[in-house]
Amino acid sequence: MKNAAPPRNRPSPTASVWTSRAAVHLVLLLGALYSVLPLIWLVTSATKNVRDFSTTGAFDLGAVHLGDNLKALFDEQDGVFLYWIRNSVLYALVGALLGALICAACGYAIAKLDFPGRRTLFAVTLTGVLVPTTALALPLYLLASQLRLVDTFWAVFLPVLTNPFGVYLARAFAEASVPDEVLEAARVDGAGELRTFFTIGLPMMRNGLITIVLFQFVAIWNNFFLPLVMLTDPKLFPMNLGIFQWSTRVSQFPQYNPMVITGSLLAVIPLVAAFVLLQRQWRSGLAAGSTK
Amino acid sequence: MSVLTPSRPTAENAFGTGAAATHRPARGGRRGGLLLAAPFALLLTATVLIPVGYAIYLSLFTDRLTGLGFSGPEQVFVWLENYGNVLTDKAFLDGVGHVALFSLIHIPLMLGGALVLALLLDSAVARLRGMWTLAVFLPYAVPGVIAGLIWAYLYSPTIGPLTDLLPFDPLGSDGALASIANMATWQWCGYNMIIFLTALRSVPREILEAARVDGAGPVRTALRIKVPVIRPTLFVALIFTVIGSLQLFTEPLVLHNFTGSVTTNWSPSLYVYDSAFINNEYGRAAAASIILALVSALLSALVMRLSTRRSAR
Repeated sequence: MKNAAPPRNRPSPTASVWTSRAAVHLVLLLGALYSVLPLIWLVTSATKNVRDFSTTGAFDLGAVHLGDNLKALFDEQDGVFLYWIRNSVLYALVGALLGALICAACGYAIAKLDFPGRRTLFAVTLTGVLVPTTALALPLYLLASQLRLVDTFWAVFLPVLTNPFGVYLARAFAEASVPDEVLEAARVDGAGELRTFFTIGLPMMRNGLITIVLFQFVAIWNNFFLPLVMLTDPKLFPMNLGIFQWSTRVSQFPQYNPMVITGSLLAVIPLVAAFVLLQRQWRSGLAAGSTK
Repeated sequence: MSVLTPSRPTAENAFGTGAAATHRPARGGRRGGLLLAAPFALLLTATVLIPVGYAIYLSLFTDRLTGLGFSGPEQVFVWLENYGNVLTDKAFLDGVGHVALFSLIHIPLMLGGALVLALLLDSAVARLRGMWTLAVFLPYAVPGVIAGLIWAYLYSPTIGPLTDLLPFDPLGSDGALASIANMATWQWCGYNMIIFLTALRSVPREILEAARVDGAGPVRTALRIKVPVIRPTLFVALIFTVIGSLQLFTEPLVLHNFTGSVTTNWSPSLYVYDSAFINNEYGRAAAASIILALVSALLSALVMRLSTRRSAR
């Protein structure tokens, strides 16, 4: 009885929980709107023709011209956009899969095997993480031009395979998910190191690998500086470089606006889809990298 | 630049002095180790080490017309003259100023925003965590050029809705800097939020429980316990953001097509591109590249030093 009275000049616990909940959700909502509204604008704008684009409100839906826009997009310059899609997929998908395998092998070797130069390699790899890509682009271009690789597929493809940060991650994933005892057992059974890596180490690092593949895919898909420097033949462009080139014309030729916007939408969709579909994997991959 | 930062490896062992480097793998594996590491080692040599060496070499030469110029330009060894020229070039220094101001706006806004959102999502209050996380993360999936274009349209006075909302012209000479900072913040906030959130999830629940029993509210717990625990992660994210900011290139290049207030050498990276590929001054461009790389390395070392000192305390 005596000590039961709650403090009066404070809001009741439930009320304060409610106001703070509302505040939290308000902040989260603002963050989400800030992030998503520009993408919604991209979707609504991709449905507009040139005239509606400059006359209707930014988020208003006019008459839907998405079909016309897509047709214009794929007809422009004899269907060069199809090449751009193909190139983006080739650079990013093959580059990410092959690059991640190379990273995984090296990261696993650094974490689990003893070989001469191991520490040096790891130290140099970490320095590699810190070298800005803009500082590399010019010498890469000049080297490629001496090797007659400028304006070829390889000029863009080979450099994007190098992913020092992927090695750093793969090392962390190997440390976390491949127990020494298992490797020991494989050795006792007489398996060679390469075979052990491919049949035991690699599958154990699966979640981490998916993370590396996904993030390297994004990095290559979004890679702009290198293709800009290396390529002049539009048939070798990835999507973003092609769209960028069109965007330099919009001030003179407004008919490029719908193509730039619809093309942008098509360049965004695969990545958004990948992140939504693979959520579970990349999140657990990040988590696996962060707990030992 | 794509980086992600597992929170567990602390700043020290991330850079080679910690547990991993002293870990001794079991016997065997010399040949296998070499074979597995070789492809990456070759790539690293061919696409990073040799180019860096080549850039240093290039930065010491310049093309000069000799005689009456009939024999074409000749490569002349000039020692550090290119570096001197770059460091006294007003265009380059203006670019450095732009990037410094950009960083002052972008870094606190983006990392602060990411941290606040991560703390809110981590608190027990937040429902639908997955949905909020995904929404804020999505801009990371948008290519830099496309993000630049979307915002350029949103800023545009005839098309975008922002001219009416903002007190300044986002494409004018006063607004361009803020506009570029906003583009980068939009792209990277969610990404860093996920990194922080992942780190926060690994804060031991017993500690948080103990704090709650001791009567600490959510804000106090966040500031006194969660933030200090994930400090190494915050520092690593800071380093990568600093390096990323120094390389600022795509956003100003895209905006350049929409407004005259962003010039072709607005940032140091644009200056490199402009010198090399528009003016064909390779020596000058190489010198600017090396300066950029050195400054990144110095800043990273500085941040790393601060981080190890703090976490050792």
